[in-house]
Amino acid sequence: MAYSNKVLDHYNNPRNVGSFDKADINVGTGIVGAPECGDVMKLQIKVDPATGRIEDARFKTFGCGSAIASSSLATEWLKGKTIDEAMNIKNTAIVEELCLPPVKVHCSVLAEDAIKAAIKNYQEKQPAPTAEVPATAGI
Amino acid sequence: MIKLPIYMDNNATTRTDPRVVEAMLPYFTEIYGNAASRNHAFGWAAEEAVEEARSQIAALIGATDKEIIFTSGATESNNLAIKGVAAMYRKKGNHLITVATEHKAVIDPCKRLERDGFQVTFLPVDHDGRVSADQVAQALTDKTILVSIMAANNEIGTVHPIKEIGQLCKQKGILFHTDAVQAVGKIPIDVEEMGIDLLSLTAHKIYGPKGIGALYVRRKNPRVRLDPLIDGGGHERGMRSGTLPVPGIVGFGVACDLARKEMPTESPRLLQLREKLRLGITGQLEDVHLNGHPTERLPGNLNLSFAFVEGEGLMMGMKDVAVSSGSACTSASLEPSYVLKALGVGDELAHSSIRFGLGRFSTEEEVDYVIDHVVSAVRKLREMSPLYEMHKEGIDLKTVQWAAH
Repeated sequence: MAYSNKVLDHYNNPRNVGSFDKADINVGTGIVGAPECGDVMKLQIKVDPATGRIEDARFKTFGCGSAIASSSLATEWLKGKTIDEAMNIKNTAIVEELCLPPVKVHCSVLAEDAIKAAIKNYQEKQPAPTAEVPATAGI
Repeated sequence: MIKLPIYMDNNATTRTDPRVVEAMLPYFTEIYGNAASRNHAFGWAAEEAVEEARSQIAALIGATDKEIIFTSGATESNNLAIKGVAAMYRKKGNHLITVATEHKAVIDPCKRLERDGFQVTFLPVDHDGRVSADQVAQALTDKTILVSIMAANNEIGTVHPIKEIGQLCKQKGILFHTDAVQAVGKIPIDVEEMGIDLLSLTAHKIYGPKGIGALYVRRKNPRVRLDPLIDGGGHERGMRSGTLPVPGIVGFGVACDLARKEMPTESPRLLQLREKLRLGITGQLEDVHLNGHPTERLPGNLNLSFAFVEGEGLMMGMKDVAVSSGSACTSASLEPSYVLKALGVGDELAHSSIRFGLGRFSTEEEVDYVIDHVVSAVRKLREMSPLYEMHKEGIDLKTVQWAAH
């Protein structure tokens, strides 16, 4: 089974490898998978507080070439998207773009899970808007 | 100039030696008779070639010519030995002993026998992948009819104490089969000295052609009887019917002859190359674990786990080097290597394992190239690995709650 050219391209020239500061309030971090399953993905998004758009993304992946390619592609797709748009990235689109064979579909599922986990983490870090209501109401 | 890609997967199969191919060629186009044709020159010439090969094969393992039964390969040999003994000696007992790290061609026939009412003990191995004769002794019952233990493991290269186990079986009067596919031609094997009653071997692991193997079946002390799997013309003492593939047999014979003559110089050469490879890699990279026994091991086999890096991903990073991995990603089952699991290696490191198989055509230059490429691929992938990052931050990966999927 040969790898598709797109998988090879992402594997050989991975986009956006690296890490952001997990403590940054504008950064959402998602870590999915497990070492004993053979793949772990860490995906991070950095959201521009002014526009609410994802200005940058980073990944680190322990896994096969298809897992690395799936996460690399995900970071490319995330950039410039709103949170809502990012939530709509589907694993099937990753499968299609990278021409993943059936045995590698789980790599794309993991990438989608990583996106969702990163977004969830980002959202949890944001101060709840309701918390500010009493303060303003007191004026 | 080094020729790419480099083949370093000689535990999977080997290149057919050109001297073997040369010897085989006339048997396709000139000496093409059926070795069972007793009444003409074509048949006689073919039979003569088969008998010559039989004697070359027997010489490699200290057997006599008539004890060699040709098969299609080691999978068939293992099936014939295990199922053949089980069927023939069923009245005597229904218990077999084997090992958890055997090849599937031994494990699966044993599992089939279990479904047919036999009891099979799968012995565990120690951290280096070895069983002891004591373990076998303790597992024996008065119903035991066969002990089947491989001479050397295909994944980790660990060599079992075959002689001690063989002597124990002899003493207890129990038949002893060994799958010696990986060991034959690489380390000395002698069926008399080691008390072996049945031995599986195959040509393609020793620079012979694919599709031809043999089962050694002892003829005296004791005379081993087998129920055949394949009935027909009664070839091979009735144990394996079917027209003999003469070109393959001729190649097998020459391959055995070469292996026997070259082993005294070839084995030390392979060992030196393997140690160069091991030290070259472990000298430059941290957190590399050796799987299998450090010394009781096939000379050409090296199995390493590169922590924090996944095996298939790593293989992709050294694309001009053909090796294999115990990672689930390289198998259809999505399970990592059961052999490494049996050693207690842990799934995480099993996924990170690479098997290097050096062989007759491996060169020092190739080893240098592989060292460089493995080291740089591992470094690159570790920089991309979230596990390596955590490790560097001092996080104990075993304490992390993973979101398993």
